[in-house]
Amino acid sequence: MTEAASRLPVSRLGGPDARTVAKIDLGLSRRYAAERRFRAYGLAAVTIAICFLLVLFGSIVSKGYTAFQQTRVTMMVDFEPSIIAPDGDRSPKAIMSGNAFRFDDLIAASLQKTLEIDPNDEDGLYDALDLLSKGSTPMLRSMIANDPSLIGTKRTVDFYATGDVDAFVKGTIRADVPESQRLIKDKHIVLIDKLKTEGALHLAFNTGLFTNGASTRPETAGVGVALVGSLYMMLVVLVLSLPLGVAGSIYLEEFAPKNRWTDVIEVNINNLAAVPSIVYGLLGLAVFINFAHLPRSASLVGGLVLTLTTLPTIIITTRAALKAVPPSIREAGLGVGASKMQTVFHHVLPLAMPGVLTGTIIGLAHALGETAPLLMIGMKAFIVEYPATPFDPATALPTQIYMWATEPERAFTERTSAAIIVLLAFLLAMNSIAIILRRAFERRW
Amino acid sequence: MGPLWLLALIAGLSFFGFILGHWKSVVLSGKGRSTLAARPGYYGAYVLIWTAMPALLILVALSIARPLLAEHTVRANLPQQVLDNPTQLSLEISGVEQVAAGLKTATPEELENIRIGVVTARSVFAGHGLPLGEDVRPYQLIAASALNLVSDGLDTAVDIAVVAALAFGLIFAFMRVKPRLRARNLVENTVLALLIAASSVAVLTTIGIVLSLLFQALQFFSMVSPINFYFGTVWDPRFAAAGSTESGQFGFLPLFWGTIYISFFAMLVAVPIGLFSAVYMAEYATSKVRSIAKPLIEVLAGIPTIVYGFFALTTVGPLIRDYVAVPLGLGTSGNNVITAGLVMGIMIIPYVSSLSDDIITAVPRSLRDGSLALGATRSETMRQVIMPAALPGVVGAVLLAMSRAIGETMIVVLAAGVAARASLNPFAEMTTITVKIVNQLTGDLEFTSPQTLVAFALGITLFVITLGLNVLALTIVRKYREQYE
Amino acid sequence: MSAVQTATPFETVRTPDPASRPIKIHAAAVKVTYGQKEALHGVSIDIAEKAVTAFIGPSGCGKSTFLRCINRMNDTIAGARVEGTITLDDRNIYDPDLDVVELRARVGMVFQKPNPFPKSIFDNVAYGPRIHGLARSKADLEEIVVTSLQRASLFNEVKDRLNEPGTGLSGGQQQRLCIARAIAVSPEVILMDEPCSALDPIATAKVEELIDELRANFTIVIVTHSMQQAARVSQRTAFFHLGHLIEEGPTDHVFTNPLEQRTQDYITGRFG
Repeated sequence: MTEAASRLPVSRLGGPDARTVAKIDLGLSRRYAAERRFRAYGLAAVTIAICFLLVLFGSIVSKGYTAFQQTRVTMMVDFEPSIIAPDGDRSPKAIMSGNAFRFDDLIAASLQKTLEIDPNDEDGLYDALDLLSKGSTPMLRSMIANDPSLIGTKRTVDFYATGDVDAFVKGTIRADVPESQRLIKDKHIVLIDKLKTEGALHLAFNTGLFTNGASTRPETAGVGVALVGSLYMMLVVLVLSLPLGVAGSIYLEEFAPKNRWTDVIEVNINNLAAVPSIVYGLLGLAVFINFAHLPRSASLVGGLVLTLTTLPTIIITTRAALKAVPPSIREAGLGVGASKMQTVFHHVLPLAMPGVLTGTIIGLAHALGETAPLLMIGMKAFIVEYPATPFDPATALPTQIYMWATEPERAFTERTSAAIIVLLAFLLAMNSIAIILRRAFERRW
Repeated sequence: MGPLWLLALIAGLSFFGFILGHWKSVVLSGKGRSTLAARPGYYGAYVLIWTAMPALLILVALSIARPLLAEHTVRANLPQQVLDNPTQLSLEISGVEQVAAGLKTATPEELENIRIGVVTARSVFAGHGLPLGEDVRPYQLIAASALNLVSDGLDTAVDIAVVAALAFGLIFAFMRVKPRLRARNLVENTVLALLIAASSVAVLTTIGIVLSLLFQALQFFSMVSPINFYFGTVWDPRFAAAGSTESGQFGFLPLFWGTIYISFFAMLVAVPIGLFSAVYMAEYATSKVRSIAKPLIEVLAGIPTIVYGFFALTTVGPLIRDYVAVPLGLGTSGNNVITAGLVMGIMIIPYVSSLSDDIITAVPRSLRDGSLALGATRSETMRQVIMPAALPGVVGAVLLAMSRAIGETMIVVLAAGVAARASLNPFAEMTTITVKIVNQLTGDLEFTSPQTLVAFALGITLFVITLGLNVLALTIVRKYREQYE
Repeated sequence: MSAVQTATPFETVRTPDPASRPIKIHAAAVKVTYGQKEALHGVSIDIAEKAVTAFIGPSGCGKSTFLRCINRMNDTIAGARVEGTITLDDRNIYDPDLDVVELRARVGMVFQKPNPFPKSIFDNVAYGPRIHGLARSKADLEEIVVTSLQRASLFNEVKDRLNEPGTGLSGGQQQRLCIARAIAVSPEVILMDEPCSALDPIATAKVEELIDELRANFTIVIVTHSMQQAARVSQRTAFFHLGHLIEEGPTDHVFTNPLEQRTQDYITGRFG
């Protein structure tokens, strides 16, 4: 062993003899402090990013979870024939035509009974009517039209409370705020309390959120039409982009010669994947609607536009999946005398299929959340009726969210968040399927 | 027959053709199939292709030609003074189309009444649930009848052509099925052609984007000079009534400034957070932490932008307004540059982090080892060796993220505001190119007014900007990857 | 002279150093495991100061693994665990109190493939002195760079292009640049992991010449695949096989007169 530590430094560059071994100052404490700082920055960045995610989810869930329940008022309704069908005609057509106020009278009568309002107290009755959704009348009317045998019977009927009553019951409108700044007045609170003690007012699961179409009243607005529109669009996207994407990728990956033209396609596809989606909307507007005269707001057009936006993603993932199949498989196929086409379709494609499906599902998930291009082709219309075919006007889940997001009413904010939760649930489901598929079929070569 | 019926017919006959081809080849070969040049399925597919392809091609070609022919017919029947007014022309044409649709609903009796002038066409159409904006002018009626005549004729022509093509293809191919026919090669060549066609859809999309945007944008530039557009500092399009000749001011600069300013704040959030996350993931995180944190961060990229927009509108905007902007006296609006930039930055974090992570891990291990072996700490290695080596790739990642930010729509539509102004105050409401595209194309569209067409001029400008950024970024990243492969 | 013998696999046949150089590094029962797999099964060796020690052996015998233990480069591999002790000047380098940065400043390393940083030639060499703060001034730094390049026999070839990227040099020049980079930190020991395996014969000759010169000031440990190279540059040779150190002794002795059967089989080319 050398006595290195005892040697005297001669020159800075003289090798080990030249300096004291143990006492060189490498500035270690300073450097380790810098190391710790750097590491802390990294950890902070990861933490901040994850916190953003949690705050985002937290804010939306806390705003929206209440919308899955809704305040209902259950009352006994006397389906009085003399009011409903004064001329004795009980056909659905007769019920749907004529004076709508006669159904208001039915509701008023039920309210008077339930809340024990003096029949002469008109103000009291109007206050009570304020509590019920303005959609109650048409609801009752179509209920009778659908089932005329109700006429003459007595039945309990669930009515929607207004969005404001709903907010009050859920506590988002608070009673301790001065009355002038409150949408629910003291007189209404008295009535609500009375309904509660009667057992007529209760919270129930909000099925209307999933089944209703557009409405100006938050309590009767739902994402039903939007769900159907989105479903149609996803079908169009799936039917078009999966075969197109797979066929295009097969050509580019398996058959295309390596030349300038395929280079151009390659660059072009990568670039298309990064083109702002709103540009696709403009393309759809100019080509599908303005030139080809396809119907505006139709889910078919939405599907076509989304197909174009998703196609690059699907092609990129499919090509990656094809590339991952080792060349030995192709050689084996060709070796037994199969044609190139047979080799690709019999051996390579089946092996790449899990990757292709995963990519397609992720592409669909992206398409499902896409909003801007749909605004361009008019899928933000006020649509109450379910679209029967993809050619009919419809909305989509994200555009419905957009429309509701710009409504000022409190109850709409709650619904918007709920619609977002629905959308995110779909996305989560799709991504989980993709992950499960990948796990189940993952193959290491 | 409608197109759907034709498609069904084509599908049915093609399937029938497949069975015929298969059957004939089996019969021809007798028991020993060895004499066949291909497996029977290929003969079936051969007949199927010959049955379906010509008919489909004819159907597609005629469907494309149809609107062109229809428009030509309408133009040919319009009086000269209408044709001389190009800004009104497309309005006129759609007017005629409406009248034509109305004429189809009318009964023969009503048509006669219209012809002799007992009733107005407008009132008849309204009775059939087709309200018109104004009274029908006589030349419109003439053009509409001609249009109906031509489109009826076209419908019949399409039907006949498709059926003829089906019959011809089926019979021709069926006759040609012989044991010596090399059906497999023919089928495979057709499939290859289809594959090529599918791969060219991507190119067609790009061409479609460029042509359609350019066409409408050029129309806009014929009304507003490009100089006034690109160098104008005032955006005031004055949504005039349809057909009015009054045009506002279309200054692009305030929109451009808003876009850049918001993107700048987005990058200010996304680049440090994304980059440091990538560094942490690549260098420090244990595999367990990595397997949890990395997907969580990537979830940020999977959330639809409308969700971010809503989050900005209802949560971040009011917070910034109440706790920062108002106390500082800098603004009173929940819609502002900071809100949009911050939320957009959150959205972009994963774009920066995952691409940077890939790029950092692509730096060869030998460089890292070389530095560590010299006694460098991990952060020194990262800062002084790996980052400089990864820099081009990281720049590419940042440029791609920048392009995302510039083209992002829903966040700014909900959170940035609509006021086109160029101010330095980040708490002021500002607007972007994408917001104005959405604004200008909302409501009733009239493809002749500059108020609508400006959206396409904005669109093509946006496309060119992002295209430039993307191509630059992709080239840098590609070069970088090649360097270490 | 003595008859070839077969020792138990766990015992190393040692021939003492006739020159009786001082011992720089002393390793005792070093075991390395990667996850479940044990790659080194207890290696003990003394490495002489200011001499070249060559590690030879077939692929996967653990010679590189052992080399990487000496400056704790195995720490950078997830799942690697090192047992036993290695002392450098009587100080255990696996002592938790010992600083790995300081250790690596004293024990430099040159890798199989030349790995110049994507920086200029000057910055490559200046990198170590800069991070360790070894230069007091710019002139000082320049002096370190120039001296290191000179000692790596590279200076004359690159003196006109110090600001050009190091990656633009030829393979042999790159490897000498990496050696210059290592000696710029003034280490005491330089570890070389097959430094010539990626080089052509001429470049190899230059590097070997350089190694011989460096021996005057540094303790050098070199892993090599080439027995000729080991014979040319080293004073002592250690033969590794299947994670064991089989034989260790003066180079000429090991090559001309191995005491162990497996050593003889290897150097005569019966396996490897």
